[in-house]
Amino acid sequence: MAKKIALECRSITKTFGSVVANNNCNLEVMQGEILAILGENGSGKTTLMNMVAGIYFPDEGQILIDGEEVVISSPKDAFNYKIGMIHQHFKLVDVFTASENIVLGIDDDKRFNMKAVNKKVIEITQRYGFIIDPEKRICDMSVSEKQTVEILKVLYRGADILILDEPTAVLTPQETEKLFSILRRMRDDGKSIIIITHKMHEVLSISDRVAVLRKGEHVATVNTPETNEAELTELMMGKKIDLNIKRSEPKNSKDRLVVSNISSVNEEGRPVLDNISFTARSGEILGIAGIAGSGQRELLEAIAGLHKLTDGEIIYYTPEENKPENLRDKTPIQIRDLGVRLSFVPEDRLGMGLVGNMDIIDNMMLRSYRKGHSFFLKRREPKNLADRIIKDLEVVTPNANTPVRNLSGGNVQKVLVGREIAASPSVLMAAYPVRGLDVNSSYTIYNLLNNQKENGVAVIFVGEDLDVLLELCDRILVINSGKITGIVDGRTAVKDEIGLLMTKSTSLEEDADGKEVQ
Amino acid sequence: MLAFLVSAIRLGMTFLLGSTGETIAEKSGHLNLGIPGVMCVGASCGCFAEYLYFSAVKTNIVPVLAVIIPIVAAFIGAAFMGLMFSFLTVTLRANQNVTGLAITTLGVGISNYMIDETSTIFTKGSKYFTASLPFADDLGWFGELFLSYGIFVYLAIAIALTTSFVLSKTKVGLHLRSVGENPATADAAGINVSRYRYVATCIGCGVAGLGGLSFIMDYLNGNWEYCIDAIGWLAIALVIFTVWKPNLAIIGSIIFGALYIASTYITGFGFAEKELFKMLPYIVTIIVLVFTSIRNKKDSQPPAALGLNYFREER
Repeated sequence: MAKKIALECRSITKTFGSVVANNNCNLEVMQGEILAILGENGSGKTTLMNMVAGIYFPDEGQILIDGEEVVISSPKDAFNYKIGMIHQHFKLVDVFTASENIVLGIDDDKRFNMKAVNKKVIEITQRYGFIIDPEKRICDMSVSEKQTVEILKVLYRGADILILDEPTAVLTPQETEKLFSILRRMRDDGKSIIIITHKMHEVLSISDRVAVLRKGEHVATVNTPETNEAELTELMMGKKIDLNIKRSEPKNSKDRLVVSNISSVNEEGRPVLDNISFTARSGEILGIAGIAGSGQRELLEAIAGLHKLTDGEIIYYTPEENKPENLRDKTPIQIRDLGVRLSFVPEDRLGMGLVGNMDIIDNMMLRSYRKGHSFFLKRREPKNLADRIIKDLEVVTPNANTPVRNLSGGNVQKVLVGREIAASPSVLMAAYPVRGLDVNSSYTIYNLLNNQKENGVAVIFVGEDLDVLLELCDRILVINSGKITGIVDGRTAVKDEIGLLMTKSTSLEEDADGKEVQ
Repeated sequence: MLAFLVSAIRLGMTFLLGSTGETIAEKSGHLNLGIPGVMCVGASCGCFAEYLYFSAVKTNIVPVLAVIIPIVAAFIGAAFMGLMFSFLTVTLRANQNVTGLAITTLGVGISNYMIDETSTIFTKGSKYFTASLPFADDLGWFGELFLSYGIFVYLAIAIALTTSFVLSKTKVGLHLRSVGENPATADAAGINVSRYRYVATCIGCGVAGLGGLSFIMDYLNGNWEYCIDAIGWLAIALVIFTVWKPNLAIIGSIIFGALYIASTYITGFGFAEKELFKMLPYIVTIIVLVFTSIRNKKDSQPPAALGLNYFREER
C-alpha cells in the first residue's frame, strides 16, 4: 500500500550564531506512521522539529505539507497546517485547569464557553483511551497527566502530525506502555507521529521507520523491522561503540553509609520521606528507582545535609578508621569539616549545581573556594581541572572561559559530574546524571561511575532508565511516595518487577516481602 | 463619620484606578514600577488639556467636553508612557525594574515641567468632574454615601469590574494571564506575547493615568499638588494587598483611602504621628504579603513570569 507523504523537510539549514544546528537536513513522514528520530545530543533533532512547529525559522530549505511548500513562521502557522508538538519541557500554565490550557491560543469566532470545551475534551479522551479530568489544575497533576494534557492540546486543535520530544523521559515503564498504545491507536486513525527519543528499545518497539541524525545532518532512514540496536548506534555515532556496561563484582565492600528510619516532611507538611532505611557500601553502586518526585531528591538532599529530617539517623563510617559519624542535622559545611566527603549531582543542573553566567573555571572554583588562603582568586588550579574535564569528558565548548549557560544540556551535565568526581569523594551521589545525554556521553558517565566504584567509592545513583539501572547497579532500591517498596539485586531482578514496585500503592507495602526484598 | 467614608471612597478611587492599571500590566508579566510617574503624567496631561480647552473657548463651556477632553488626554499621555516602557522592555529587553524606576523619575519630571503652578482653571474644571446626580442631596445618608460622587468614582468601579470580568471570563483574559504566567507556553500556543504585553501595558498605564487625574480633579477639587507619585506607590502596594484581583481592589482601595486620611479625622495628633499614620497602608501590605506567602495558595500568587522578559530563541 503506497502511503502519502504527510510532511517533508528538504535541505533545511539552521544556525545559531556560529553553531550549525542543522545542515542540509531531509526528512519524510508518511500518513499513518510512527517515525522515530534518533541522534546524539546536539545532533539537531529538537531544532529540526522546532522549525516544523514554528518555534524557529529555518535559514534555508523548504517544508512541504501534503506535497505543497509552506511557510511556517510561528506556532500558529503550524497549527493551521495541523502540526502539533509536545515539547520535552511541558508548556503548560500551572495555575490553569487542563481545559484552560487546552483552549489556550485557539482563535475561533465561537463564544468562550468552558462547558463546551470540557465536553469536546472528554470526547477526545474517550476516542483514544486517555483518562483525565478537564477541570483539574496542572499544578495538582502527575507528570504523566501533564503529558496527557499536552497531547490533548494538539489533538483538540485537530492536529494530523504530532511531534513528541522525548515523551518517555519522565514516565514509568507502565505509563510508557500506555502512551505507546495510545500512539498506536492514533497512527491507526491515520495520524502521522514523530517521536524523538534516546532510548533504543523504545525506538525499536514503537516506530515504523527510524530517521538518524548526526551532527545536524540526516544520515539515513531505515525501516524498523529491518534494523537492530547495533546498526542504529553505529549510524548515530558514525562508529561502532561498545554498548555494554561492564559491571565488576564489588570488592571488599564495607558499610559506608547507614541510613536508618529517616522521615521528613515538605514545606506544606506532607510526608516526603517515610521511615527509610538502607545501607550504602563502599565499592558498590546502589541504584534508586522510582517515579519522578517520589522522594529521591529529598533523600539525597537529606544525606548531603540540605534537607531537615524529622526522624531517624544517618551514620557515616569514615574510610580510614571506620569511625561512625552522625550526619543528621548537620549543615553541608559541618559535614565537610568532619571529613565526610559527599559529592552531590543535583537533578536540576543549572539551578543547584552550576551558575549559568559564570564560566567553567569559576564553576570549578565553587567547589573549592574554601581552600584558598589569599584574598585574591587563584585561577590556575581550577583552570587545569577545567581543561582536564573538557578533554577527558569531551565537553564541546570553545574554551574553559565560556559561560556554562551557553553550553548544550549534555555538556553542562558533563562539567557538573566531572567536577563532583574530581573532588575524590568517598560517597558519590548522582541524581539523573545522564538525563538528556546522548548514548555516547551517557556511557562516558557510566564508566566514570564504575571507575569510582572500583576505587572503593560508595556510589548512589538515581536513574530513570530501568535498563541502565539493571545493567549498572549492584543493588536497586525502589522508592514510591517516600517509602521504600523494595531493594532488589541488580543482577537478578527483572524490569517488570521494578516497575510494579515503583507504582505499587503504598498501602500494600506489607506484602512486599518477596525474596529479593531485604 | 459619613464625611470620612465619602472622603475615603473618593481617595480610594484614585488608588483603584492606579492599581487596576498596574494589575492589567502585571497580568501580562510586566512589573511596571513606572506607575507613580505614569499617574503624574496622566494628571498633568489631563489638567493641561483642560487648561487649553478653557483658554480656547473662554465662556461657552460644554460640560461634557470639559470632562471628556481631560480624560482622553490623560489616558493618551499615560498610555504613551506605557508604550515607552514596553518598547524598552519588550523590544529592547531592558530590565523591567530599572525601566520602571526610570519611567517614574521621568514622569514626575515631565509633570512638574508641564504644570509649574496651580491654576484657577483647574478648580473651575474640577466642578464638572465632581458634579453629582442632582437628586443625590434629597436622599439623606444613602444619597451621600452612594450617589454624591463625581464621574470618576463610578468610572473607576466600572473599569475594575470590567477588568475583573475580562481577566477571568473571556478568552482575551485567559490569553493575557497565560502570557504573564508562562510566556513560552503562550508563545508555543500561538499567542503573540509581545503584542499582548504592549497592549496590556499601554491600556494599564492609560487607566492608571486616569487615577492621577482623578486625584487632582476629584479628590483635591482641582488644587494641584506635587505628591501624586506617593499615591502611585500605594496603588502598586494595593495590587499586592488585593492579590491581583481588581474586584477585591474596590474594597481594598477604600480601606487604603481610609487609612491614608485617618490621621486628619482623628484629632489630637502631632505632625509626626500623622506621618506614622500614613504608613499604615504599607504596613498592611507587608502583613498581607507575609500572610499570602506563608499560606502559599496558588490563587493568591503573583503571575509566575512577573518581571521576566521573554525572548523566544533564548536557551
